[in-house]
Amino acid sequence: MKRNRADHEANQRLLSRRALILGGVQLSMIGALAARMRHLQVNEADQFRTLAEENRIKFKLIPPVRGEVFDRNGIQLAQNIPTYQIKMVREDARDIDAVIAELSKIIDLDEEALARAVAEMKRSAPFYPVTVADDVSWEDISRVSVNAPALPGVTPEVGLSRVYPLGSDFAHILGYVGPVSDYDLDRIDDPDPLLRIPRFQIGKVGVEAKEENRLRGSAGNKQVEVNAAGREMRELGRREGRAGADIQLTIDSTLQNYLQARLGDESASAVVIDCETGDLVAIGSSPTYDPNLFVSGISVADYALLTENKYRPLASKAVQGTYPPGSTFKMMTAMAALEAEIIGPDDTVRCNGYLEVADRKFHCWKRSGHGSVNLKNSLKRSCDVYYYDLALKVGIEKISAMANIFGLGVRHNIQMSAVARGLTPTKAWKAEVHGRDWVIGDTVNASIGQGDMLASPLQLAVMTARLATGREVTPRLVKSVDGVEQASGAGAPLKVNQDNLKKMRQAMFAVVNDRGGTAFGSRITTEGMRMAGKTGTSQVRNISAAERRSGVVRNADLPWKRRDHALFVDFAPADNPKYAIAVIVEHGGGGSTTAAPIARDITLQALYGGKPPLAAYPSKDRSRINGQQKRLEKVRPTAAVDGKDQA
Amino acid sequence: MSYLEYTVKSTPTGIRKIIFLNWPLILLLSSVACVGFLMLYSVAGGSFTPWAEPQMKRFAVGLVLMVAVGMVPIWFWRSMAGFGYGLTIILLIGVDLFGAEGKGAQRWIDLGFMRLQPSELMKITLVMFLASYYDWLPSKKRSRPLWVLIPIVVILFPTALVLKQPDLGTSLLLVMAGGGLMFLAGVHWAYFAAVIASGLGLIVAVFQSRETAWQMLNNYQYRRIDTFLDPSADPLGAGYHITQSKIALGSGGWTGRGFMQGPQSRLNFLPEKHTDFIFTTLAEEFGFIGGISLLTIYLLVVFFCVTSALVNRDRFSSLLILGIALNFFLFFSVNMAMVMGLIPVVGVPLPLVSYGGSAMLVLMIAFGLVQSAHVHRPR
Repeated sequence: MKRNRADHEANQRLLSRRALILGGVQLSMIGALAARMRHLQVNEADQFRTLAEENRIKFKLIPPVRGEVFDRNGIQLAQNIPTYQIKMVREDARDIDAVIAELSKIIDLDEEALARAVAEMKRSAPFYPVTVADDVSWEDISRVSVNAPALPGVTPEVGLSRVYPLGSDFAHILGYVGPVSDYDLDRIDDPDPLLRIPRFQIGKVGVEAKEENRLRGSAGNKQVEVNAAGREMRELGRREGRAGADIQLTIDSTLQNYLQARLGDESASAVVIDCETGDLVAIGSSPTYDPNLFVSGISVADYALLTENKYRPLASKAVQGTYPPGSTFKMMTAMAALEAEIIGPDDTVRCNGYLEVADRKFHCWKRSGHGSVNLKNSLKRSCDVYYYDLALKVGIEKISAMANIFGLGVRHNIQMSAVARGLTPTKAWKAEVHGRDWVIGDTVNASIGQGDMLASPLQLAVMTARLATGREVTPRLVKSVDGVEQASGAGAPLKVNQDNLKKMRQAMFAVVNDRGGTAFGSRITTEGMRMAGKTGTSQVRNISAAERRSGVVRNADLPWKRRDHALFVDFAPADNPKYAIAVIVEHGGGGSTTAAPIARDITLQALYGGKPPLAAYPSKDRSRINGQQKRLEKVRPTAAVDGKDQA
Repeated sequence: MSYLEYTVKSTPTGIRKIIFLNWPLILLLSSVACVGFLMLYSVAGGSFTPWAEPQMKRFAVGLVLMVAVGMVPIWFWRSMAGFGYGLTIILLIGVDLFGAEGKGAQRWIDLGFMRLQPSELMKITLVMFLASYYDWLPSKKRSRPLWVLIPIVVILFPTALVLKQPDLGTSLLLVMAGGGLMFLAGVHWAYFAAVIASGLGLIVAVFQSRETAWQMLNNYQYRRIDTFLDPSADPLGAGYHITQSKIALGSGGWTGRGFMQGPQSRLNFLPEKHTDFIFTTLAEEFGFIGGISLLTIYLLVVFFCVTSALVNRDRFSSLLILGIALNFFLFFSVNMAMVMGLIPVVGVPLPLVSYGGSAMLVLMIAFGLVQSAHVHRPR
């Protein structure tokens, strides 16, 4: 197939023309590329440079190490233990669900905690690392590290976890920490950026919450270069924060342990206060719970168990609970009358078993009456009529004022949650709150700590300490902060006649140590260790006239909720008071039978700084006490110390 | 025109052919490859492994292949055009049947020592076949509908096979290269006007078909188009590549951040930084000057090919060289336009720079054909 030359030339010319056209098109496209490159790299370079820096550099907070808590002897109560965590960053993971599915193939994940973490991730800023799994074993951490390429945004981290080695013994005092919640953020007006870290742990209740600002410390920060996966490549700068302060409490953990063990499963509470310094040596409330459960988030089932328990384990009854003080209030009525010089210590009142006031019979607990009683005998045998008589003469205002002097109806400033103010009623109070006039019957009821009168075990302990020392003893829970001793609670002498106080102390001594005293069965027999105290049994129900006629129903025959509260307050040694103690057993029956033995045991334990000799007990009780001591020695606080068995 | 018509006598023979190779072109290609080695060394964090070293070995093999192909007379290659085209079509069908699954697309056949992408090979054999077709076709018939329809079928059949894999980028390149060759061969311009008009119609159809039963593209392809149209809408999702790529490019500035100093690529913000997005690393580290330099070298490669084609009086050779040059041009301009955010992300590597075996070898074989045409040109 031969082609002519002219045709060939024409073809070549056409080809060249077309090639040049195409070349022109190509050149213009290359021109466009160059123009675009110039636009991006020259005109907008600064803007993109900024974006690149934003990509690259991140500020990260360095959370401070939380302060630790110790007891008065330096025993650790709250500590920080290194734990391995798996954290996840939403913006790096991109598809959270897919990454979590991948992660759960590699390690076991707790469904509930995971759901929480996912919710948190969706809520918080996309670049915040959220803890997906806490308390992870070293094996799991290495497994995650090996599979890192398949798990974008997932990083293993070493963190510090709060642990309460003595667990349940200190649940009510220390409280616990937990991840900061929306509720906390609304409540706390604090610009601290630490609080914006998801799952940052803050104190929720107790000392942990009340001393939050001192325990937390302040955050440092670091400037880091991160790669696209959010991994830190190098540190560009760092500013150290300040670790939280260590706090030493006035509590003696040995005594605290005994106290909790002694209260056992009763719904009860007790406070031991040092009369000289106001140091709270033990504050117990039972039943209790393990605060470690709350640190990484308590399970719904465990929480329901705690809230549904009718003995209210979550409540710190020793400071939150308010009860009618019952006969333990009689010292206040007597002091008011003595100070008003309405009655002398030796003046007598006749008790016929009741006092008729305004056409109503107010009964003494003893139906047959006590006969003629003076101050000492009335307190020793806990005659009610004597105090009805005193109250009618002195009036409610002076009684309440006296109670206030002794620390009742006053909120004591200690670092625990919901410290109760209690109530010392006055006429003005009743008019304001109930809109009704004060009637004489109210005064009669108040005189024996019934009716509107309310006090917490802490207040009763303070009252007893003030009675014992004559000084305005103020309770103190924090002994020192970072080694700096806090103000003592010894207090100035009370503005009352010290002679009257002496009479009160003698009467209280008789309650325990004189035959016929209501707490004689719970006396201490060692000289120099003897205690003085007062029993109390406060009614939680009205006893009708009909019931009185047919005989008052015994406590044991009543449902638990309707039984009387059992109370006992004491100080010891009687001649040189060291400790004051208040015990309340909710619906425990009688103060002398239920509360006094507990208070006596705790008092002895405090006085001896450990297990007291059996010789301190009345001889007939010794074998029973011996058995009890052996049993209690074995009771240890419940605490998931190693943290492993929670997961 | 048969090979007998070549003035065989004046053609160099034997080892002397080496002297007559297009040496400036070899030099330019080598410098492009060197830029590639440099960047692969950089993105590996200053290491020859895992990318720079294998790339160097492949380029060495590629150079040898190019010279070997260049030594073989061009008339032999012309006679192989039809066979080559047919074989590639069979391989493309083979990929559908036996191909390995890679990134959601059936693209290669595992030959053991390398992974062969028939779609890469198609770019060359299509150009060869079309060049020989128009060399054979008398000029009078060139613009007649039937004789225009034949090359269109020749182009669209393999394109359809590639599109099915699915590989949108390569199929578009095939259409553009084939169309370009028809244009060069002198087919009447009215056909091209008609194709461009209907192409616009097709774009409308593609978008209209979205989320209907006869949807024409895969969802991920639609998403890529969306992302291109508005990358900021999804900066952490599908728009991530483009956003980060532009940040890297832009932050390079005039002179760049320095060799191995680009934070975007060093800290892995850049996706596919050793393959499709390698140009961003270059632009980040060497800035506008570096980017323009590479662009200039590419431009020179095309320029030397075009001059070589224009001085060649053999029609097949001219068309073949121009076709390969056009392919090469499309390769790098589509890649650059993609990383600069001018066109959607279609997955086209930067020729001779991006890490990748079969693309580089196929390209070197193509330049071997250019050399063969150059050496054996009628004198």
